[in-house]
Amino acid sequence: MSVDIHAPYKERVDTALHDKHLRIALDRATSRMKTQRADAMAAIDGERLRTQVRKMKSYVLRNLPDLLETLESNLTANGAHVHWAADGEEADRIILDIARQANVQKAVKAKSMTSEEIHLNGVLQQAGIKVVETDLGEYIIQLADEPPSHIIAPVIHKRIEDISQVFQRELDMPPTMDPSAMTGAARQILRREFLSADLGISGCNFAIAETGTICIVTNEGNGRMVSSMPRVYIAVMGIEKLVPTVEDAFLQYQALCRSATGQQCSVYLSMTSGPRRADHPDGPEEFHVVLMDNGRLNMLARGYGEALMCVRCGACLNACPVYREIGGHAYGSTYSGPIGAVISPLLNTDVTDADKLPHASSLCGACRDACPVKIDLPRLLLNERADQVAEGDTAWFDRQAIRAFADTMKSPGRYAAAASFARTGSNLLAGMSGGNITFMPPPFSAWTQSRDFPPFAKKSFRRQWRERQERRKRIGNEGQRSKIED
Amino acid sequence: MTAKKTFPNPPRRVALFVTCMVDMLYPEVGMATVELLEKQGIEVVFPEAQTCCGQPAFNAGFRDEARVLARRFVDIFEPLVISGQVDAVVAPSGSCVTMVTHFYDVLFESESAVEYRYRAANLAAATFELTEFLVDVLGVTDVKSRFDGKLTYHASCHLLRELGVDRQPRALLENVAGAELVPLDGADECCGFGGLFAIKNGPISTAMGERKAANIIKSGADVATLCDVSCMTHINGLLSRQQQRCRVVHIAQVLNNQVDVADSPGTSRADVAAPEPSRRWQDAREEK
Repeated sequence: MSVDIHAPYKERVDTALHDKHLRIALDRATSRMKTQRADAMAAIDGERLRTQVRKMKSYVLRNLPDLLETLESNLTANGAHVHWAADGEEADRIILDIARQANVQKAVKAKSMTSEEIHLNGVLQQAGIKVVETDLGEYIIQLADEPPSHIIAPVIHKRIEDISQVFQRELDMPPTMDPSAMTGAARQILRREFLSADLGISGCNFAIAETGTICIVTNEGNGRMVSSMPRVYIAVMGIEKLVPTVEDAFLQYQALCRSATGQQCSVYLSMTSGPRRADHPDGPEEFHVVLMDNGRLNMLARGYGEALMCVRCGACLNACPVYREIGGHAYGSTYSGPIGAVISPLLNTDVTDADKLPHASSLCGACRDACPVKIDLPRLLLNERADQVAEGDTAWFDRQAIRAFADTMKSPGRYAAAASFARTGSNLLAGMSGGNITFMPPPFSAWTQSRDFPPFAKKSFRRQWRERQERRKRIGNEGQRSKIED
Repeated sequence: MTAKKTFPNPPRRVALFVTCMVDMLYPEVGMATVELLEKQGIEVVFPEAQTCCGQPAFNAGFRDEARVLARRFVDIFEPLVISGQVDAVVAPSGSCVTMVTHFYDVLFESESAVEYRYRAANLAAATFELTEFLVDVLGVTDVKSRFDGKLTYHASCHLLRELGVDRQPRALLENVAGAELVPLDGADECCGFGGLFAIKNGPISTAMGERKAANIIKSGADVATLCDVSCMTHINGLLSRQQQRCRVVHIAQVLNNQVDVADSPGTSRADVAAPEPSRRWQDAREEK
């Protein structure tokens, strides 16, 4: 039973936690990717790289309008068409219009989270355009009719056994556990699709402002075919995905590859600076770039600009102990893991129970340590929680409970009274179960459902301390007396 | 964050920030902390007005409520530090120290709180987690403790990743006579406590904790140690529910010889004898 991303948060999490195969798949993949990243960063001065990338990305954020204009003018000078989209719907409309005008029947796509964010496939398919995902992972989940569950490893939620079943069901493939046999089958089909497609669509890992170049990073070469074989090529990107110079591009490229897959560099880095020219043997006749906001400026305005430094490497997902237990679909959003929990409520997307996501973290900070841009994800999650409270967007019970807590802690008298009440109550509960507390009433039952709780101490520390001080005073006085008597 | 206070002269007196959880649930951890410090010749004072640093409210996003408690905390501890009545504030908790040293700055960001921001920074510079204080400030790694059995160490998140304290507790544990320090898989992974996270996201929190508990059992340790009673409550809650033999204790208890490998798993706090005061008094008198 796979997780329905539109279901309520609680249900998504419960389904994920009860899916044994999912948890095996997640365990295998995240631990492998975590080690690969750590090794790749340890092989160089990883700390220096992270500092440099962060500096560069904060420069980009500070100079976003200027850099976007530079990018636009250079792209235009190269012969590309630049489109601006305020939100996902507008981006979809722009892309659909381009496709219709070019009389497109079939589109091939390289993996793109931005296109997932705006549900582009559905829009094109509804208009009668066939869409084929060409990244192997994306192809598998397209066959399985599921959304991606990881930023760079879309099919991370499936074990090889599960993928084999999808291939048997959808491609009539004989049962096999050989990854290369499955890849071979997909490759044969995808080659034909590349040759017959009219439109190539990709995202953009980074765009170079000074040259007007769209860069896509892949390991399968599908990105290169998508951007060079069909007669029309569209790249859709968030407005934050740009770097000032070629040098900066390679800085980000380093950080991305090492953090995402632990590679020194990916197998392919495909760069497109413009459409085919008269003297070129191949390349797209039309080249469009869609620059999309869809909530990003809102993030900047609301003080979450730091999250726009993200290079979408997925390292925070692999590092996250919460993601490891529940996987990507439980977040209910295109973007999962710590970065997804931060940006999903802020982006202009329709995520069920998005307000629960900032709480789906123990704030352990492993994500920040893994992030190649050192984004302080726990701090951003804390800020989102504070924003929810400030905007009155919290459950009545939570509000009352925290206020009661603060009121108690404000006064030593009330604190002592509460402690003594808790002591009596907990001793009663502990007495019932002999030792530890195994049952508590709601909402604390959320704890005792799976965990015991210790009873409150018979004598608090402060009481023991007071008694100790009194003993000391007494002994001290006796000492004084004995001295006098001497 | 402000730079930590340096000590040209060895510190002589500290204020104990015992934390509300230790006060109410684990007084023996507080006493162990006091005794450990006293053994190093440090005089401990306990400001009795202290309650909670405000972390639960802060983590839940309730900054106004947290700010009230933070101001209160600063009002109690900062004057002691500034007036020189104490040289430092010490707490047996990585996460409560983090609240004071890292998050008070966030709470007092607004301009109206500039005075408290300044005072909180003074306080932050002089506030230390127990093992950090022992190793970095006092320069002690051997506290003459003994444990005959296998020990392992869980690195709590705030302690490790906010305070950057990891080698200090490990150095102290390495010098525990009779103990074999065994490695713990995923020692730096979160146990799943996360404050209200454990309630709001009970099932995820439990799954994380079960993984931690399984790793502890796999390590073969008789006792796992850590520097935060919050994680301790969570992991022990799971180990107890699973009726496991091994358990988690606060590092102060091991370092202060309060833990015996033969203790049965079901030992409740109530059965742990209150520390004998006379011995400490004799020590103190002998010094004079």
